[in-house]
Order: sequence, then structure tokens, then C-alpha cells
Amino acid sequence: MKTIVFAEHLNGKFTKSSLEAVSYASAWSVSTGGTCIAVTYGIIDASVLGTAGANEVWKLDALSTADGEQITKLMLAAQKESGATAIVLSQDLIGKSVAPRLSVRLKAGLVSGASFLPTGNIVKKNVFSGKAIAHVTVNSEISIVTVLPNSYGVNASGAACPVTAFSAEVGTARVRVKEVRVEESESIPLPEADKVVSAGRGMKGPENWGMIEELAKELGAATACSRPVSDIGWRPHHEHVGQTGIAIRPNLYIAVGISGAIQHLAGVNGSKVIVVINKDPEAAFFKAADYGIIGDAFEVVPQLIAAAKAFNATK
Amino acid sequence: MKILVCVSKAPDTTSKIAFTNNNSSFDEAGVNFIVNPYDEWYALVRALELKEAQGGNVTVLSVGGIDYEQIIRKALAIGADDAVRIDAPEADALSVSTHIANYAKDKGFDLILCGKETINYNGSVVPGMVAELLDMPLVALAAKLDVANGVATCEREVTGGMEVLEVNLPAVISAAKGMAEQRIPNMRGIMAARTKALEVVSFENASATTSVNNYEMPPAKSACKFVDPANAAELITLLHQEAKVI
Repeated sequence: MKTIVFAEHLNGKFTKSSLEAVSYASAWSVSTGGTCIAVTYGIIDASVLGTAGANEVWKLDALSTADGEQITKLMLAAQKESGATAIVLSQDLIGKSVAPRLSVRLKAGLVSGASFLPTGNIVKKNVFSGKAIAHVTVNSEISIVTVLPNSYGVNASGAACPVTAFSAEVGTARVRVKEVRVEESESIPLPEADKVVSAGRGMKGPENWGMIEELAKELGAATACSRPVSDIGWRPHHEHVGQTGIAIRPNLYIAVGISGAIQHLAGVNGSKVIVVINKDPEAAFFKAADYGIIGDAFEVVPQLIAAAKAFNATK
Repeated sequence: MKILVCVSKAPDTTSKIAFTNNNSSFDEAGVNFIVNPYDEWYALVRALELKEAQGGNVTVLSVGGIDYEQIIRKALAIGADDAVRIDAPEADALSVSTHIANYAKDKGFDLILCGKETINYNGSVVPGMVAELLDMPLVALAAKLDVANGVATCEREVTGGMEVLEVNLPAVISAAKGMAEQRIPNMRGIMAARTKALEVVSFENASATTSVNNYEMPPAKSACKFVDPANAAELITLLHQEAKVI
């Protein structure tokens, strides 16, 4: 089965979620005895997409920025040219804008946010905010899958691949980017963070966040918080993880002073390793945790900072 | 300004998630359904704020059976002016989007607002499909929305910052946290909702391209391993040597 996958880049680098999508598309095509074509645009050395698994890259050079409709037209042209019957994108902002449009235009079944490779025409995806997995059957000739970020790793074992110039009529953007406000560059963006240190009302006040930030810094982690903490203004809204904030899937999630309400768990239950620090032994979060410390954050966290510093010194 | 807000129902966030019929359907026994929070808290409330500031009309639309009526009445109680229920099964995102687009295509809506995703299917697909079917631009996951002179200005979170986007109306916009604050309906709203218009529209054929075969529960977590709080440093060793995450 021939697979095409869209890859986006930012500041001269392909995004992590795009590389994950390329590795997913590559593994899918290999499992069906086909090949994988990565599609991108603009000025960038795209041969590196071969390392993530692409057999070749088709690149539309004459486009520097693109909105969802333009990328849709690019992918439609690439599908037509290649005859691909499988289309992959990341379930990121671009995938959410482009994949539904492709599904309409190609009358192709779309499974969004998949975290496993398809088996035949069945694709598994998380539903109920990670509390269950649905096996979705695609009943169309062409299948479209978007890959949940941080769920399917990048397989970087390939080699650089050939890049072919591709031309397509993509029209003009109807969504205009007026400004991008870059926020404090030191901090790690939460949705992409590999490690996250998160804290809740147990911290007693915003003035006590210094130790959370310090622990995060020592571990190379992003900081996050629970909903009550962002609602009362101790921390910014964009740090709120949970059912109604953002959902994250880091390798390591450390929750300090968060009781673990079901709405909070819904946003973090995809994390690979969960550590819970809470002085209440009955905190619901311990049931979802891999490691737990029943103790006062104000005594435990400083010990962890010291231990992390000592650990970093040995690296 | 004519605004259409698409609302879906979802199980209350504290619901027990279980399945019946050989794990092929969601077990609704004892489950309390609510308006999908992204549709209600952010999309609907922002639509009402825009109407209150600029005048206009807010219509809520749902695709689904009679069990949707209490969801729609809740949206009306919060302040929507009128409502439409398309009496069709929620077969898949494409069929639901087709129903929405078929209804909306000749009604002259300036703005179609949806939540960024439902909390049960987590698809984030319907807004984009509706936009494509109606040939409208889409801003996905907007955390802020203002409208002036026929132009919507949105902000959304992107890697490393906030992006400010502009789009001419009509447009489809999906709402993320930050766009508005939850509103609790008051008694006057609840009373008024009982008499507001709720149009039930029979559906045209809309084909589905996907179907859920069955569900499974994620693998159970193994028991939590506790570390002595007096020797918290042990955790760092475990995370390095055992869990291998640092």
C-alpha cells in the first residue's frame, strides 16, 4: 500500500510530531509491502525525512507558509499523482485542520488521534479521554489516519532519501497569520515536553512555585498545573492539564499536591510513568501512579531537587 | 451577526466508562449526559458574549435523537435564542458534519462555532469537515475570538508562543480553553428555555465512512511503588535505573 504523509517544519527543523507521523506512515507502508512518500514545502533540506522512514520526499518549493486549505490542496495533488490509498498526518494543529478536509474531498474514512498501527482496515484510537480504546473500521478505499503526538516514537534508523520537486496549484491562504508572540524562550512547550513537573493546590500559594520550577529545571521538564490553580490565577491557563485544559503524554509526569480528580487524570493518563507526591495517603491519584511518596511537598521536593542536582553532576 | 453553535452530548466527566454487547457499544446505564464542555463553556458562551456586545442571534444545533432534548434545553437556558435538532443517528464524524452543513448551507450564518473536540470521541474532526463542506476557512483550537467589521481575530497556542490569526467571515472556528468562562444558567434562563423554539429537522441521507467495531479498556496500571518520604532521593535513582525515564 502506498502511503503519503505530510511533514511540517518550523525554524528550519521538521517538527517532532511530523517525524512521528513519518515513522508511523513508513511502518504502515512496510507492513503492507508498500512505500512511503513524505510531502512538504518551502526551503528546507527535506532529505532528512528519510531518516524517519520516508522512501522519498515530494516538495513544493514555491510556498513559504501555508494554511490548512493550501496544505489540503497539496496533499490532494500528491494523492492523485501517487495513487496512495493511505494518508497520514500528525494530530497536531495542522492535522486537525487538514485531515477532515481531505476526508470530505476523498470520501475517505478518517481515524483521528491513532496511537497504534492499523491492522487491516481497523485502526485503534483512544476515546473517552484515554479511558478506553476504540477499534475503528474504515469502510472506504482510501484511509486517513492522524497520529496522536507523543504516542508513536520516531524511528530514526533510516538514511537520507531523494527529494523531488513537486508542483501543485494550492491557491491563496484565507487564514492570515498576523503575529506570533514568542513566550519566554527558556521554558519547554508543554504539549511536546518529554518530562513534566505539575503542581496543585497543595502548594498553598503561587509564591511557593519556585521549588516546582527548580525541580523541573533540574530534570529538564516543563511545568504544568491543575485546573483549580489556573482558575484562581496562581498559574497561567496554558499550564492547565486535564479534561478541559490540554492533554499531555510525556514519558514522566510528576504531580505534586494534586489529588487526582478524574478530570485531571483524563489529561495525563497517557503519560508513561506517573509519580505522585501527596501528604494525603487517600489521594485518588496514587491509584494511577507508578511511584508515590506520601509526604509534605515542602519537605519532599527540596530533597528531590538536591538528588536531581547530584544525579546531573554524575552525568 | 448570525451565529451557529454546534453542540454534542458527552457523558459526565465522572461517569464510569463501560461497554455492552460484546464491547461493541458504550454502556449508558446510569450515565448522566452533559453538554460537551468545549461546546458549552467556550463556544456557546463566547457566541453569547459576541451577540450581547454586537447584536444578532445564536442558534444551537445538535445531530441526534430525542435524548438530545435535555442537552439542547440546557444550551437554551444558558442563553441561546433558538435551537435545531437534526433527527439522525450520530453515525460518524462525516455523517454528522454532512447533516450540519446541509442545514447551514443556505441560512447565512456569519460564524459557526464548535468545541475543539468532544470528551468522549476526542476526534477534533467535525469543525474541519463542516468548513470543507461549506467552503469556509477554519481556525482550529482558538483560545480567543473577537469579531469586528466582518473579520474574526483569533489567538491560539502554538509551539513556543501565541499565534494571532485573522479570517474573513463566514468562517468555522473551534474553541479551546480560554475563549470564555463557563456560565451557570439562572432560573430565568431555565424558565425561558422551556418556551424557546426547538426545530426538529428530518435528515437527508449522509453516508458514514468509519464505524466503531468494538472497544477495549487500556491495560491496568501495576500497583504504585511507594518511596519513603524521609529518603525521597531514592525516587531519582528509581526513575533512572528502573523506569529509565531520566
